Amino acid sequence: MSRHPVIPIAVDSRAASARRSEPRGGAQRPDSPERRRFLGLMAASMALASAGCSGPPQEKIVPYVEMPERMVPGVPLFYATSFVDHGYAQGVLVESDTGRPTKVEGNPQHPASLGATDVYAQASILQLWDPERSQTVYGGGQLATWDAFRAALRPRRVAWAANGGAGLRILTGTVTSPTFSDQMAAFLARYPHAQWHRHDPLHDDRALEAARLAFGRPLDTQLHPARAAVIVSLDADLFVGHAAAVRQAQDVFARRRATNPGGSRLYALAATPNLTAAIADQSLALPPQEIERLAWRLASRLGVDGVPQDAFPPPRHPDAARWEQALAAALNAQRGRALIVGGGSLSPATRALVHAMNAHLGNHGATVAYIDAVETDPVNHADSLAALADDMRHGKVDDLFILGGNPVYDAPADAGFAAALRQVPFSVHLGLYQDETGRAAGWHLPQAHNYEQWSDARAFDGTAGIVQPLIAPLYGGRSAHEVLALLAADGAQGGHALVQDFWRRQAGAAAFDDFWQDALMQGVVAGSAARAVDPGRPRVPPPPALPDPPSGALTLILAADPSVGDGSYANNGWLQELPRPFSKLTWDNAAILGRATAQTLGIDTGDVVRVSAADAGAGAAAVEAPVWIDDSQADGVVTLPLGYGRTAAGAVGNGVGFDAYPLKTRAGVHGHAAVRLEKIGRRHAFAVTQHRLDDEGRDVARTVSLTQYRRDPRGDYAPEPAQDETLYPQYRYDSYKWGMAIDLNACIGCNACTIACQAENNIPVVGREEVARGREMHWIRVDRYRTRLGSHDDVPGDEGEAKQTRTVFQPVPCMQCENAPCEEVCPVGATVHDSEGLNVQVYNRCVGTRFCSNNCPYKVRRFNFLQYTDDKVTTLWAQRNPDVTVRRRGVMEKCTYCLQRITRARLDAEREGRRIRDGEVVTACEAVCPTTAIVFGDMNDPKSRVNRAKASPLDYHLLAELNTRPRTSYAARVVNDDPELA
Amino acid sequence: MPQAFSPTSILTIKLLILAALLAIVAAILLLEWRMAPAAEEHAAVMQPIMFSHKHHVGDVGLDCRYCHTSVEKSGFAGMPSTQICLTCHSQLFKDAPMLAPLHASMATGKPIQWNRVYDLPDFVYFNHSIHIAKGVACIECHGHVDQMPLMTRQASLNMQWCLRCHTHAQAHVRPLGDVFRMTDMRKLSEQDVVELNRLYHLQDRRRLTDCSTCHR
Repeated sequence: MSRHPVIPIAVDSRAASARRSEPRGGAQRPDSPERRRFLGLMAASMALASAGCSGPPQEKIVPYVEMPERMVPGVPLFYATSFVDHGYAQGVLVESDTGRPTKVEGNPQHPASLGATDVYAQASILQLWDPERSQTVYGGGQLATWDAFRAALRPRRVAWAANGGAGLRILTGTVTSPTFSDQMAAFLARYPHAQWHRHDPLHDDRALEAARLAFGRPLDTQLHPARAAVIVSLDADLFVGHAAAVRQAQDVFARRRATNPGGSRLYALAATPNLTAAIADQSLALPPQEIERLAWRLASRLGVDGVPQDAFPPPRHPDAARWEQALAAALNAQRGRALIVGGGSLSPATRALVHAMNAHLGNHGATVAYIDAVETDPVNHADSLAALADDMRHGKVDDLFILGGNPVYDAPADAGFAAALRQVPFSVHLGLYQDETGRAAGWHLPQAHNYEQWSDARAFDGTAGIVQPLIAPLYGGRSAHEVLALLAADGAQGGHALVQDFWRRQAGAAAFDDFWQDALMQGVVAGSAARAVDPGRPRVPPPPALPDPPSGALTLILAADPSVGDGSYANNGWLQELPRPFSKLTWDNAAILGRATAQTLGIDTGDVVRVSAADAGAGAAAVEAPVWIDDSQADGVVTLPLGYGRTAAGAVGNGVGFDAYPLKTRAGVHGHAAVRLEKIGRRHAFAVTQHRLDDEGRDVARTVSLTQYRRDPRGDYAPEPAQDETLYPQYRYDSYKWGMAIDLNACIGCNACTIACQAENNIPVVGREEVARGREMHWIRVDRYRTRLGSHDDVPGDEGEAKQTRTVFQPVPCMQCENAPCEEVCPVGATVHDSEGLNVQVYNRCVGTRFCSNNCPYKVRRFNFLQYTDDKVTTLWAQRNPDVTVRRRGVMEKCTYCLQRITRARLDAEREGRRIRDGEVVTACEAVCPTTAIVFGDMNDPKSRVNRAKASPLDYHLLAELNTRPRTSYAARVVNDDPELA
Repeated sequence: MPQAFSPTSILTIKLLILAALLAIVAAILLLEWRMAPAAEEHAAVMQPIMFSHKHHVGDVGLDCRYCHTSVEKSGFAGMPSTQICLTCHSQLFKDAPMLAPLHASMATGKPIQWNRVYDLPDFVYFNHSIHIAKGVACIECHGHVDQMPLMTRQASLNMQWCLRCHTHAQAHVRPLGDVFRMTDMRKLSEQDVVELNRLYHLQDRRRLTDCSTCHR
């Protein structure tokens, strides 16, 4: 958390004023306030010194009363469960250390995970232990109990029985849980006049509308990018922000790696920087309207039936016409092996057109499939919430149950939800935090965390998974299942019984026990994936009206923040401090502008602007936002990340950034809103972790074009200095020799490695001020560079402006150098070479000279300038990995190649009298990586995966000219660029 | 030229320097004293139940693993759950006043809190299972437990003591069958040592004295 202890030096105000009034250099009176204060401080420090240096306290050993089955104290157990984010399941294995959930890993059996996870699943473990989670029931702003709530519910239930639930409304987020859906169906059957509303601020309403337009029914699109030779993304991010993201990243990179460069070609049109556009072979930044126009013109060029010829004039961007031509050629050449993905900001009609284009190209059944919507009873969430708010305003709602979610904060502004909520006589909020909604509602109930409850949920492909608790609710929270059951009947069943009941009915009583055990063990219900349906021929709707923003205004994009999402993770220090992929901002959001637009408006990074709706008069909603200029942002577009400016998130999330929701309107959910920017003359200082995107000609993140790679795979990089050109001692490695290989072809910059490392290695959060001082603690950072293709050869004219720049993400852990500069300068031998080649950092020897950090050319060493680790909050103790030392102030730390995992594998192997097998040691970053960009292993084993990766002609070392001989090496990125677009 | 300092001030300065030196020595001694573990070496540690290893191991002949169940599988040797104690004590001495905390624990579900005798700093990662698997006997570190009415610490547990074995591992192993025996180590013949080394694949001295072997 950001709260690091402040050394309490009480400033005596009398002393300060006395000092001011005294002449400079005046002699100190014997009993002057300074002298007294000095003596006081001396005495205090003496007292502290003697109190601080006491010996270890008498420790207790507390065994079990009854030892659970299979429990071996000191050996972690992994339980399969599902991490449910925005309704959809991601299969995870949660590590439990003597009953404490400490780390999340992906579940290789689960289709949405295949062993990897996203950043939210990693950070969910900190959320579980967050001391600011809601801990008690509140009724009317007063502390209350579950019993008091049950008592308040009784008369309501009598009223519903009489009127069939008229005036009873339930509001949930996206629901895929089979049990909850079944419960809800039964509830609505019992109270036929009750209504179920849905609100999820990030729900993809446009996808639903597009499916209705194209197929007449809500179908979910299933992408199979592993089968696609050409992928075209129309402002879609394949890798983050939706239920299939982790899986799609794996599928895309199944054929795009250092081992088979050029396996597919990825084109991306993007209005605002996204990870897909960054890794794309060809990308172009265009405003959303322009992307849509290009899509319609492309469809017409491809000959899609029903698309009017020249529905739109050619886009204005100079490259757009060439792009249109190149895309048409590439797609026509790969019919049945191409894939077009529409997303993000596209209007429903254009997304329906994407379905028609895929059908026309013969991609249906090959790279695209359709299934019945996974979401239960799919509705347009924006409409559903608006209808509810309307009814609330008109007094039609007597009882409102908000089961999860925070609509007071994140509902579209014009729905007027917060005001309407005050008119509801009986309102109840169930939530993990007593957030904005929890404070506005009549009752607030603490919700059981994902890892504290029994539940179930479906993955993007319909696969059901059981959610099993890792720990009993820490604060007596209950799940949505339990609260819904409580609404129907007093003394209702617990979550375990509810979930079991449902699945017993599905599996049959006779086979149930085996079914249940199997579902819990595997984390998935076998064979529950949805079957592909024949969607029929997609209809092409009429082209949408695509008005450009009025003169002087910009198109607004409201996007989920890559770190805090819709704001529900705002109180998570790991996520707040996680550098945003493009800006490397921490603890902040910013209005993102393209460079040309910013120059036109006379705005620079750090200027605070007032953003207001262009069509509204004075007094309209406006937000004040600092500007961040990004070269990959389309001109004429401003992006505002959601999820900040929280007022009731908790001590970590309150007041961080600005709240962009006031600009979210129902109309904006369907079309493109326009806003005006106005400088207000204030400046804002950001806390960023990377200040320059330029590698200063050091060729740090190498890229090479496919043609050049085929011509000369080894490239013409400067050869590395000879092995013996060194004064460093030479080591011999008879046993293991650990090494890592990172494939820049597959790194999508998702940051999952950074946060997995933070969870695994007890890395503290330092807070905004410390990051601004350059004191962030991440052991593996993801650098972003903007490079030009083949910029390593200094051919004049090769680096002209016409050559487009590309973003390359580069994860940088400790290089574990063979000739390690850090080791030579440590005066106390706290960083030393071990017999397997690791540069180990010995915390108990470190005296904090920081010489090692100064001598490290890669800047991967992190120093505890202050007591960053929160040792006061006891719930956070429980989260920490017991196999990794918790570092104190004054100690240097860095990546250890997950030494604790090597040790665990070594002990297992030694006990069995064998060598560690390849793949037995999986570092935290390697395990979480959705694209397997990171490979770790024994370099002494010629057949190891890491040696195979390092054998690639693309393999290179970072700053090799320094002759540090790093153990971590990189595979240069091969860009399969389209010669037509060169 | 007059003296810069008067004899009295010279004396004062000398005394001050001496006092400073004494203060440093005193501070070091104070630190040493304060940093020492709570329980002294060879001093009995009081426990909520006066459990006697002498009785259970020496007289009754229980195997170590009966109570320390995870010693072969985990870093932590494992302390017996209340239930394990009650496998016998639900029948034997069940009304003894000494065992009242045991029955109270079972009745209330609250575990017994034993006082730790062997306490390592938190930056040291000792693992029981690997030492057992490599033939390091219990007696090597814990001494003659079968003769201890109350458990006492038999080693200083400082790093020098650890390295005594880690630098000469082959001299401190015994056949697997003898690991849990409470008898003094048989003198191993030259041939036995070679044979044991072959069996155990003991790591070389460099590996066993790497910082990363115990610290991480």
